Amino acid sequence: MAGFAYFPHTEDDIRIMLERIGVRSLDDLYSDVPADFIYNKEYELPDALSEQEVRNFFDELGKKNTQLKVFVGQGAYDHYVPSVIPYITSRSEFLTAYTPYQCEISQGTLRYIFEWQSMVCRLTGMDVSNASMYDGPSAAAEALRMAVACTRKRNKVVVSTKLMQNVLDVVKTYLKYPDIEVVYAWDVLEELGPDVAGVIVPSICRHGVIQDLSGVADAVHAAGALLIEYCDPSALAVLKTPAEWGADIAVGDGQSLGIPLCYGGPYVGFLACKSEYMRKLPGRIVGQATDSDGKRCFVLTLQAREQHIRREKATSNICSNQSLMALWVTVYLSLMGPEGLRKVNELSCAGAHYLYDELLKTGRFEEAFPGRPFLKEFCLKPLVPVEKLQQKLLDAGFFAALELDGYVTFCVTEKRTKEEIDALVAAVKEVAL
Amino acid sequence: MSKILDELLYSDSHEWVKVDGNIAIIGVSDFAQEEMGDITYVDAPAEGDSVAKGEDFGALESVKASSELYSPVSGTVVAVNEELEDKPELINEDPYGAWIIKVEMSDTSELDGLLNAAAYAEIAK
Amino acid sequence: MKYYDKLIFELSHPGRTGYSLPSAQQYPVATIPANLLRESKLELPEVSEVDVVRHYTNLSQMNFGVDTGFYPLGSCTMKYNPKINEEIANHPGFAGLHPLQPAETVKGAQEVIDGLDASLAAITGMKHFTFLPCAGAHGELTGLMLMREYHMARGDSARVKVIVPDSAHGTNPASAAVCGLQIVEVKSGADGLVDVESLKPLLGPDVAGIMMTNPNTLGLFERQIGEIAKLVHECGGLLYYDGANMNPLLGKVRPGDMGFDIMHLNLHKTFSTPHGGGGPGSGPVGVGERVLPYLRIPKTSGFHGNFGVMLRAYAYILMLGKQNVKMAGPFATLSANYIKESLKDCYKLPIPTVCKHEFVFDGLINDGAREGKAGATTLDVAKRLLDYGFHAPTIYFPLLFHQALMIEPTETESLETLDEFIAVMKKIAAEAAEDPDILHGAPHNAPIGRPDETAAARNPILKA
Repeated sequence: MAGFAYFPHTEDDIRIMLERIGVRSLDDLYSDVPADFIYNKEYELPDALSEQEVRNFFDELGKKNTQLKVFVGQGAYDHYVPSVIPYITSRSEFLTAYTPYQCEISQGTLRYIFEWQSMVCRLTGMDVSNASMYDGPSAAAEALRMAVACTRKRNKVVVSTKLMQNVLDVVKTYLKYPDIEVVYAWDVLEELGPDVAGVIVPSICRHGVIQDLSGVADAVHAAGALLIEYCDPSALAVLKTPAEWGADIAVGDGQSLGIPLCYGGPYVGFLACKSEYMRKLPGRIVGQATDSDGKRCFVLTLQAREQHIRREKATSNICSNQSLMALWVTVYLSLMGPEGLRKVNELSCAGAHYLYDELLKTGRFEEAFPGRPFLKEFCLKPLVPVEKLQQKLLDAGFFAALELDGYVTFCVTEKRTKEEIDALVAAVKEVAL
Repeated sequence: MSKILDELLYSDSHEWVKVDGNIAIIGVSDFAQEEMGDITYVDAPAEGDSVAKGEDFGALESVKASSELYSPVSGTVVAVNEELEDKPELINEDPYGAWIIKVEMSDTSELDGLLNAAAYAEIAK
Repeated sequence: MKYYDKLIFELSHPGRTGYSLPSAQQYPVATIPANLLRESKLELPEVSEVDVVRHYTNLSQMNFGVDTGFYPLGSCTMKYNPKINEEIANHPGFAGLHPLQPAETVKGAQEVIDGLDASLAAITGMKHFTFLPCAGAHGELTGLMLMREYHMARGDSARVKVIVPDSAHGTNPASAAVCGLQIVEVKSGADGLVDVESLKPLLGPDVAGIMMTNPNTLGLFERQIGEIAKLVHECGGLLYYDGANMNPLLGKVRPGDMGFDIMHLNLHKTFSTPHGGGGPGSGPVGVGERVLPYLRIPKTSGFHGNFGVMLRAYAYILMLGKQNVKMAGPFATLSANYIKESLKDCYKLPIPTVCKHEFVFDGLINDGAREGKAGATTLDVAKRLLDYGFHAPTIYFPLLFHQALMIEPTETESLETLDEFIAVMKKIAAEAAEDPDILHGAPHNAPIGRPDETAAARNPILKA
């Protein structure tokens, strides 16, 4: 048998271990498995590769992807990633740890989760945050389930169709199977009623328009329901917070806080709420404690809510979180601080407005929502064939003008330079009117 | 050996009932609090909520466990022990003093189905 | 490990910055209406780059990972996380891809997904996988949705019950409940296996399926699985395989061959991707012929799943290849049985038969209890292990035993490491017999002692 780097067993080791166990061969260890189920054939897998061959293999695959300048958002934003983050998150003490069940040797993980929870609360204005969710869309679905659990005897939720498509898709999936009634509406206030437990609205709609949520929370609360706001956490450095709009639960995706695009994941969801709903919050929560010597320390707490204790009575089945991605965001926010994050928004916003104006000047677009405020993402009505437009942009090395509801959508982050924007506009001008 | 008071009625899910006219005062037994360990939170209903015999009206939480509370009688909640909100440990310290809710019973004959101290002693071990 | 008591907020000094952004404002200023703007001050830390690096480096030094030492955490499969995986996950050819890019610009990424799909299908005997689920429990939920889709498509809407063994992971009943299914528990027999006779009366036209972990959480192979599959299929139900315990079967037994219709894998367990302190993981769901038409229906995450984790798992599979894969499960099983046989004189072994990747002790044989002094519990043993530089096993699970201590060594640990662990476990048993107080006070050498979890839960402090 040839050696393999991840299996330390020598022939002698195997012999010594088998003797201790009192069996003659490795096959004897499977004597409890019916012979029909032992797979004796060769597995239909490639031959084992050496490490350099694995590198070469992925180098070749990587070349089959086209590296584009990204001018689309829709839930995944190409923001700048500070160099510090991957160095910290690849520290093996963080990377190769399990869930912090043994708190005495997991204070590193527990502390950064506590910091993450604190930062999520500071961004959203909420009182309590959990240790993170899989992603924004699944956090939105969990928040709706949570609203049903918080309001006794109400079993209907209202979902704004202004949410991004992937949020709508996941919400629809999650709520299809349990006995929860879901209503989808452009204007959620028209659907309020005595059986409504929760209402979810975006702070920025799928077309990029910043929402004026004045009066929404009052109306939702008057109907006895909870208001959930889906937000871009990066934008919360400048936009009115869910707490300021009067929401009860805030959810969203932390990807915009320095996580690379990486073809859609891993990202990290957040879910935060007002303190009165703390006991219904799904997922893990870290709390401050004191050890036997009186030292400040951190532990997983309020576990009586969770699936391993409540089993079928749990509000949610979520067991893990996206811990390392929460660390990613925590380090990002530590580096950026309030000023850095404000600047990210100012640069993105200014760039987006510049692109918006320049695109209109080409005569190839009309305004889709004249006068409506936007931050870094916007829609235009195309006056040229969309396929031709997209192809021209692709040929010029841009991913832009994604089709959405009959419009095309664009997004500009601080990572995009003025030269890139000008080049994109130049490519647009080459599309025949 | 846990403490069982002779003058109370019990459910097989370890709630105790003290009857005062048509009011049932409800808590959990010494046995139940011992099984739970240090109680960290009491999830109780609100005044005015209706409860039904055998259905859950709240829950107790400890660090490593969660246990539903089942109502021994049907009726309307007329009082909730608000002291337990900040001091759930009172249930550990004095389970028969730390009542959880008071219920105005809609059917006092439901009491007949409950256990007396001797019968409860058989299951609380 | 040394104790370090700062939070990042406590290092903050107004005016200090840790960011680097382009300074020249090249665009006209864009304004947003004032009524849409944040009113409250944003209280994030104001720290320099070096503050951030030192703070998180200090935090990391209070953490134990697989790279620190042996991590015999049962049901968690804490195998070594190869470093080539990390290199590939950060490959510049993939890191900048937007999830909505046109198909012709992401052919390489699609080849990763297809190649991983084909590899997992070959390893498990399933037809195809969806990679949307981000974790094991997320996979369970997705898999149960597929179970429901299958029955709904056949107009078989009365099937609302799912059978779950009493030894199941807590996520199984929770996932079923979240998916709108009712849970029916089936008891284990004295041998720790699902009792077929107890199962029979539970089967009927209202049964959607059964969820099984094989080997189960006691590390025992459910040898009646052929009969169980036949019975469940005959009654019109489906079999769900919880892949949390797939590791001993890697290269040896395929769930598809045992009759399972739907399964999930934990790429962060069986396929060596790091746990990251609780995630990100990946819980791809595979299906057999019956359920294949429905595989793309449930959209349980926002884009394509945790693609970065998929890159890592694929790199691992390419390193394994058809040659090494055959040894993964057997070596994991060898290690578990070696520890079990070496320690059964000190720790109670309720089920003495051959185990798979893990096994369960039911506490110490001699816990040192005596007049006026309580004996050492499983918790005490676990905490004492930390003093000796090992992570603790899983404790108090499964619920079938009061002092459960669940040990899973994996195939990546050497004989010397296993022997060191065995020696320490014996030493701890001797300490308990001599004076259980040595264990009661443990850990003595960790950055902190045991915390007051009751006080933390009674008066939660959840943010700074």
